[in-house]
Amino acid sequence: MSFIENFQLKFYMAFIAENRWTQYIEGVGTTLLATALALVLGLALGVLVALVRTAHDQQRPGRHNPVLAVLNVIAKVYVTIIRGTPMVLQLLIWMFVVFTFSRNATAVGVFGLGINSGAYVSEIIRGGLMAVDGGQMEAGRSLGLPYTDTMRFIVVPQAVKAILPALGNEFIVLLKDTSLLTVIGGKELIYFAKGVANRTYDQMFPLLGAACIYLVLVLIFSWLLGLLERRMRQSDRR
Amino acid sequence: MIDVKGLYKSFGDHEVLTDLNEHIHPGEKVVIIGPSGSGKSTFLRCLNLLEEPTKGSITFQGQEITGPKVDIDQVRRQMGMVFQHFNLFPNMTIRKNITLAPVRTGLMKQGEADQAAKELLERVGLADKAEAYPSQLSGGQKQRIAIVRALAMKPKLMLFDEPTSALDPEMVGEVLDVMKQLAQEGMTMVVVTHEMGFAREVGDRVLFMADGRIVEQNTPEVIFGNPQEERTRSFLAKVL
Repeated sequence: MSFIENFQLKFYMAFIAENRWTQYIEGVGTTLLATALALVLGLALGVLVALVRTAHDQQRPGRHNPVLAVLNVIAKVYVTIIRGTPMVLQLLIWMFVVFTFSRNATAVGVFGLGINSGAYVSEIIRGGLMAVDGGQMEAGRSLGLPYTDTMRFIVVPQAVKAILPALGNEFIVLLKDTSLLTVIGGKELIYFAKGVANRTYDQMFPLLGAACIYLVLVLIFSWLLGLLERRMRQSDRR
Repeated sequence: MIDVKGLYKSFGDHEVLTDLNEHIHPGEKVVIIGPSGSGKSTFLRCLNLLEEPTKGSITFQGQEITGPKVDIDQVRRQMGMVFQHFNLFPNMTIRKNITLAPVRTGLMKQGEADQAAKELLERVGLADKAEAYPSQLSGGQKQRIAIVRALAMKPKLMLFDEPTSALDPEMVGEVLDVMKQLAQEGMTMVVVTHEMGFAREVGDRVLFMADGRIVEQNTPEVIFGNPQEERTRSFLAKVL
C-alpha cells in the first residue's frame, strides 16, 4: 500500500466511515456548551467574589462590617484552594468524592470547571477594579453618591474595559480546559476522538483531528474577541 | 458652618494633622496655603470625611459628622469638592457627569437636571460641550466642568483641593475666574492653593499651615503684608 493510499484509508476510517464525523460534531457541541456554562458560572462567581473582596478592602478604616468580614474570609479561602490545587485533581474530587451519586460526568465537570474559573475570574476582576484611578471613587463619593452607585455607574464600567482582554484569555483557557472532562468520563470532543481511535486502532488521525478542531475554535474566538476589543477602543477615541 | 475641634490625623505612625481647631462661617472664603506635606490637603479632605480623622470632631451645620451614626452621603451632598486632577468620569458625556449625582440622589429628575446642567454650562462658557467626553477637553475646561458638576448638587459649601496645580499656566486664569465668580455670589469656600494672587484677592481669611498645624491665620493683608511668624515669612519669601 502506498503512502497516499494508507493516508486516505486512515482518514476515511477516522472521519468518514460509519458517519464518524458526526461524533466529532457532537463532541464539539458538548465542548462549546460546557465552555459556555462554565463561563457563566465562573463569571457569576468571579463577580461575586471580586465585589465582596473589593467592598471589604474599601471600607472606611475603623468601620468593619462583620458580615462582609465573614464573606471575605470565605472568598479568600475559596480562591486560595482553587488556585493552589491542580484542576484535574479538583475534577476527580468533585466526581469521585463529592458527587459520587451522579452518573452525569459532563454536568459535574462543567460545575468543577465553573468553580475553578470563578477563582481566576475574580482575581482578574479585582485587578480591574483596583486599576481604576482612586480619584474616580473619591469624586463619586464626594458628590454624595453611595458606594454601590459609585461602583455601578463609575468604577465598574471603566474596569470592564480594562479587563476584557484578560477575560478573553480566560475564556480561551476555559475552552481548552474542557478537554479535562475526559478524565472523569465527560463526553466532549476528546472523549469521542479516543472512542474512534480505540475502534480503528489508529491514534494519529482522531487525535490530530481533535487538535485541529480546537485550534480552529480558538482562532475563531480570538478573532471575535479582537473585534470586540477594537470596538471598545474606538469608543475611547471619542 | 463648620466647626473643627481637636482634629488629629495619622497615617500609620506618621502624624499629619496635630490638634487643629477651626471655625468657618457661612459665606466665608478661607484660603489655606503652606508648603507641600504640611497637611493642608489632608485637612480639606477631612472636612468631607474622604479622610477619616484619627481623633477630634467636625460639626457641619450643627450636626457632628464625625459621629458614629451619621449618613455621610447625606452630608457630602451639601459639600462640593473639586480635585487637583479633575476626576471627571471618562465613561460619560459631560452632561451625564453633571447630572448623575443629582438624579441618582433624588435631588432632581433627569429633565430638570439636564436643564440645570445646560444653565451651569452656559455660565462657564461650555454649553457646546454637553455631549462631549472628558478626553476631548483641555485641562482648564475639565476643571470648569468639575466645578459645575459639584455645583449641580446645590452645595452649601465648596472645597477646592489645589484646583489649578495640574493646569498649564495659560489655563489657570479661566478656572480662577469661575471661582471668583462663585465667591462673589456668596458661596462658602475653602480653597487649598498655591495661587497667592487668588488668596489675596478672594480670601477673607488665609490659613498658613506647616507640619500639620495652623501656624498663623489672618486677613490676606496681614498674612502677605506683615506676617507674624518666622515660618510664614520664610515660606512667603520663597513663593512670592
